[in-house]
Amino acid sequence: MEYISLFVKSIFVDNMIFSYFLGMCSYLAVSKNVKTANGLGIAVIFMLLITLPVNYLLNTYVLQPGALAWLGEKFANVDLSFLSFIIFIAVIAGFTQVVEMVVEKFLPALYASLGIYLPLIAVNCAILGASLFMQQKDFAGIRESAVYALGSGIGWWLAIVALAAIREKMAYSNVPKGLKGTGIAFITVGLMGIAFMAFMGIGN
Amino acid sequence: MNSKLKETILNPILKGNPITVLVLGICSSLAVTVELKGALVMALSVTIVTGLSSLICSLIRNTIPNRVRIIIQLVVVALMVILVDQFLKAFEATYSIDKQLSVYIGLIITNCIVMGRIEAFALGNKPIPSLLDGLASGVGYGLILIIVAFFRELFGSGTLFGFPVLSAIGYTNNGLVILPPMALILLGCIIWAHRSFDKDLQEK
Repeated sequence: MEYISLFVKSIFVDNMIFSYFLGMCSYLAVSKNVKTANGLGIAVIFMLLITLPVNYLLNTYVLQPGALAWLGEKFANVDLSFLSFIIFIAVIAGFTQVVEMVVEKFLPALYASLGIYLPLIAVNCAILGASLFMQQKDFAGIRESAVYALGSGIGWWLAIVALAAIREKMAYSNVPKGLKGTGIAFITVGLMGIAFMAFMGIGN
Repeated sequence: MNSKLKETILNPILKGNPITVLVLGICSSLAVTVELKGALVMALSVTIVTGLSSLICSLIRNTIPNRVRIIIQLVVVALMVILVDQFLKAFEATYSIDKQLSVYIGLIITNCIVMGRIEAFALGNKPIPSLLDGLASGVGYGLILIIVAFFRELFGSGTLFGFPVLSAIGYTNNGLVILPPMALILLGCIIWAHRSFDKDLQEK
């Protein structure tokens, strides 16, 4: 039951885009049509599901204060948490590279549809942001962090597909000149965020 | 000062502003614009990180193999961000900096402005112009951050830097301005204003 609550909460209430603004750059750049938006969204879900549990394990057994206690008495007081940024980003950049190669070799069909979006993921703030929030939220176990990864990934995918669909329709409407393109996209995202706030309160 | 250097400094602030024109680095920034203090800290951190990592990447630009440059850039940026984060942690108690800011400081690593300036400028130019370009981009970014934070703090809590301004004359706080969606809508309006002044920037 806790897992379901966490899952729903991370999709709707703690939505990566609407409440934390994470992954905004690629969100605005790649949301001009639904098909590419869908590809990027799925790539984000995929990478979150892989990197978040790995970073969780690293955080629990290497980085946290006292995490190295399993190495023996001497290491019980070591605090490596200042290294977490560099370790997390190395894991993300490394896995992006590895996943890209594996997918290219063994799943050519998937590669053809995700291909160009995979390298973009390394600098997507949503992925690093999820790892940093995981560190802040103190999850109880690896399963919880995987559920959180899946939920926030789906939330991001939902947001980008919805925005792309709106922008496709908006291409035919008469927007004031200065607002065209980026300006109106920002305002649309803001209005969508207000709509998403109606979910606040569920999942508690 | 010759005109080329002047151009290097002024361009990122006005015509090529990272946020309103290039739409980079929105990811980690909007959440810190609830009050002016957080926005100021974030703006300073980004300016320092962008300037210094541009300088370092420019110094070693002739020794980086093209193939692995993204990873090297990420390591340099992550290093700078760790320095800034440790510095802020040391002064956290003295200046009562919000703990929530820590996650967003970490996210400067994936802030597209930093990587964007290194890729677009620092790898092809001498160290000093790169440093100036990095600092100016940070200032251009910080400027927008502070404008957004000014309106959000003034109308959301009736204060500026924590001092009562509007609340002193019996203004009822507008709770909507504090919420995340309003930051996006405000930013959309700033883009609109900027593009109405500068017609060249309008999208077709």
